[in-house]
Amino acid sequence: MQAMSEQKRKIHPHKFTLWVAMGSILMMFAGLTSAYIVKRSQASWMMLEIPMVFWYSTVTIVVSSLTVHLALKAIRAREMVAYRRWMVTTAALGALFLLLQVVGFNALGENGIRLVGAGSNASYSFLLAISGLHGLHVLGGVIALMVIAIKAVSTTSRTYSSLPLEIAATYWHFVDALWIYLFIFFNWMK
Amino acid sequence: MSSEAIKHGHAVAEVHSHDAHDSHGHDHHHEESFLTKYIFSTDHKMIGKQFLITGIIWAIIGGLFSVLFRLQLGYPEMSFPFLEDLFGKWAAGGRISNDFYYALVTMHGTILVFFVLTAGLSGTFANILIPLQVGARDMASGFLNMLSYWFFFLASVVMFASLFIQTGPASGGWTIYPPLSALGQASEGSKLGMDFWLISMALFIVSSLLGGLNYISTILNLRTKGMSMTRLPLTIWAIFFTAVLGVLSFPVLLSGAVLLLFDRNLGTSFYLSDIVVKGEILPNEGGSAILFQHLFWFLGHPEVYIILLPAMGMVSEILSVNSRKPIFGYLAMVGSLFAICILAFLVWAHHMFVTGLNPFLGAFFVLLTLLIAVPSAIKVFNWLTTIWRGNIRFTPAMLFAIGFVSLFISGGLTGIFLGNSTLDIHLHDTYFVVAHFHIVMGVASFFGMFAGVYHWFPKMYGRYLNNTMAYIHFWVTLVGSYLIFWPMHYSGLAGMPRRYTDWSNWQSFNQFADMNRFISTVAMVVFAVQLLFVFNFFYSIFKGRKVKSQNPWGANTLEWTTPINPGHGNWPGDIPEVHRWAYDYGKDGREFIPQTEAVGEHESKH
Ligand code: HEM
Ligand SMILES: [Cu+2]
Repeated sequence: MQAMSEQKRKIHPHKFTLWVAMGSILMMFAGLTSAYIVKRSQASWMMLEIPMVFWYSTVTIVVSSLTVHLALKAIRAREMVAYRRWMVTTAALGALFLLLQVVGFNALGENGIRLVGAGSNASYSFLLAISGLHGLHVLGGVIALMVIAIKAVSTTSRTYSSLPLEIAATYWHFVDALWIYLFIFFNWMK
Repeated sequence: MSSEAIKHGHAVAEVHSHDAHDSHGHDHHHEESFLTKYIFSTDHKMIGKQFLITGIIWAIIGGLFSVLFRLQLGYPEMSFPFLEDLFGKWAAGGRISNDFYYALVTMHGTILVFFVLTAGLSGTFANILIPLQVGARDMASGFLNMLSYWFFFLASVVMFASLFIQTGPASGGWTIYPPLSALGQASEGSKLGMDFWLISMALFIVSSLLGGLNYISTILNLRTKGMSMTRLPLTIWAIFFTAVLGVLSFPVLLSGAVLLLFDRNLGTSFYLSDIVVKGEILPNEGGSAILFQHLFWFLGHPEVYIILLPAMGMVSEILSVNSRKPIFGYLAMVGSLFAICILAFLVWAHHMFVTGLNPFLGAFFVLLTLLIAVPSAIKVFNWLTTIWRGNIRFTPAMLFAIGFVSLFISGGLTGIFLGNSTLDIHLHDTYFVVAHFHIVMGVASFFGMFAGVYHWFPKMYGRYLNNTMAYIHFWVTLVGSYLIFWPMHYSGLAGMPRRYTDWSNWQSFNQFADMNRFISTVAMVVFAVQLLFVFNFFYSIFKGRKVKSQNPWGANTLEWTTPINPGHGNWPGDIPEVHRWAYDYGKDGREFIPQTEAVGEHESKH
């Protein structure tokens, strides 16, 4: 039993793996944002103009962090109906976030700003590349949430383990926080 | 996680999942098909072998490329019609074309640095040794581990395919500096081949990250009872730090590669500014090619230690086992690995001394770079002290381990030359650098890898490698490597630049023509002897002398407490408990005391 209680105190290996993975992802964005800072101090930098839509998307992803938390609370309390509702809401908010990001970049394009191609400026290309990579990570999160939600609805044996969701939720908060960091960064380091 | 565990609530589920992991070994007699056993295996031992064999195949390809370009460098005036038969327009008239030469050098570097000495080395030994030496049934996630191999495999397929593209594979050096690599119109090798290179590397990075996450998580979470961190064998410590380096530095390379892909395919200007190619003025403005170098070397320097640390770890273990003496300064060994790890992130700009880097900034990088000599020297001192007056058994593994120490000293000393920014103005991009890194990283890590293969082959396949072939392999490789790379220091000091196809029109380097021919000849001999090793390897898998004893080297670590041919789960019964560190050799009149043996009442302290 000694060994058991020792194990109990330890973090689950999969959760631990996720934490290391988040450190790794963070390094990628640290690399990108430092590149941005280096670039910014050089000639022909263009002041970023951040469209309003990005504020909406920021609010969306913050709210989704809240709903995923509610989903987690629900499954811990075995309230499966609420759980399913919050899961679907979260995934939908995630998708909405991605949609808003795309709208934001379209808005930039309509203002005559070239993100890529001839005549593009590195300031905006950075905005696109960094937000795009962030978006891919959000997309991964949306897919993970959907898979968990679908499994919860369809499996024959009733599974009440909150572990997969705990892992997904941690990741979800992470991509949320990452976006907030990037958003502040872009607004501050125009 | 077992489905049983899922039924219980949250806290219970966690405990159970560990149990499920532990009970893995008892019952693993259910049928495994060929596919699940050899191909889509989640057994860490099989995955390790997959990495090793894939690595060997890549090493043959990468090594062969070096023979081809050495042919050109050593015999610039000769023509080899068979080359034209083989490579067509790339070797028109039996001589390797400039484009082809650069492609070969680039692929040689990429393949050996990433596919052989990173995936082939870390992938193999991290997989085989971590669970066996920390006392775990398998990795934290067998599935991610399998994915790690298959991403490597995909990366391999893409890279291999790039060799057959009409415009040839990437060619811009293994460091693929823009603007050359960013502009398709700049050279053949910057066309489709470069996109393949980038895609392959992206897959490779994913593979490394998945592997690294697993290694870290397993080492920290799945150690058997009694296996505290300070009782870990140094192999595991080294692999741990390697994984940490990889997890923190590879993503930065990925970000650099993504921006390069943007520049190549979407017309952005991250790295490009004011460029004229073939008379055409490009619209790109405001980019900075130096930015790429920062991103690249922030990975690139840690990468060289990613390659070296596993070799260091295995060498430490093998030297101790075969000297029948405890490792000298265990904690200093761990501490110096840690110091190397930290410093590895702080010295990348020593590759950029001549890029117009602010000399004031350069001074800091000189200081930090030279600081690496301190932990390196500690390690060398401890290795030498470990074998000093030991009861040495000159097994092939031991010879390669000693060879490693010799090479590490030789190559480390030239690093100190290069680390001085003023000297580097002269030495940068000459053969002196080529000599430095081939000795200290290339050959040394290969020696670590060979040492590991010779030492753990009995555990992997239940048979021994042939000793006669092993001794030939060792001596020819050791002598040959020094003969190849030592002379390069001289031509490098004389200013002979690297990455040139032909120096014969260059009066000042004509004096080295004989030397170059000599180097090329030795290179071919050394390559042939590596094929002997490959033969020995595959022959011995099937026909080697069988291992009869569970612990053939009389070693203390846990892998030798498993059956001679361990199944999935490693130990048929319970995982043994650990009572001591791994280096009780020659203690209290006993030759070795396994980690599983309880500490006796009257035992002396180590
Ligand atoms: C005392 C230790 C060392 C010092 C001070 C040192 C210093 C340097 C410096 C300053 C350079 C840049 C030379 C130039 O391009 O002009 C260099 C290149 C290099 N070093 Fe080291 N080094 C040391 C040890 C190592 C070790 C242990 C490894 C690998 C395991 C290594 C691998 C490399 C590689 C691969 C390059 C060349 C990369 C390229 O340009 O293609 N070095 N070293
Ligand atoms: Cu370096």
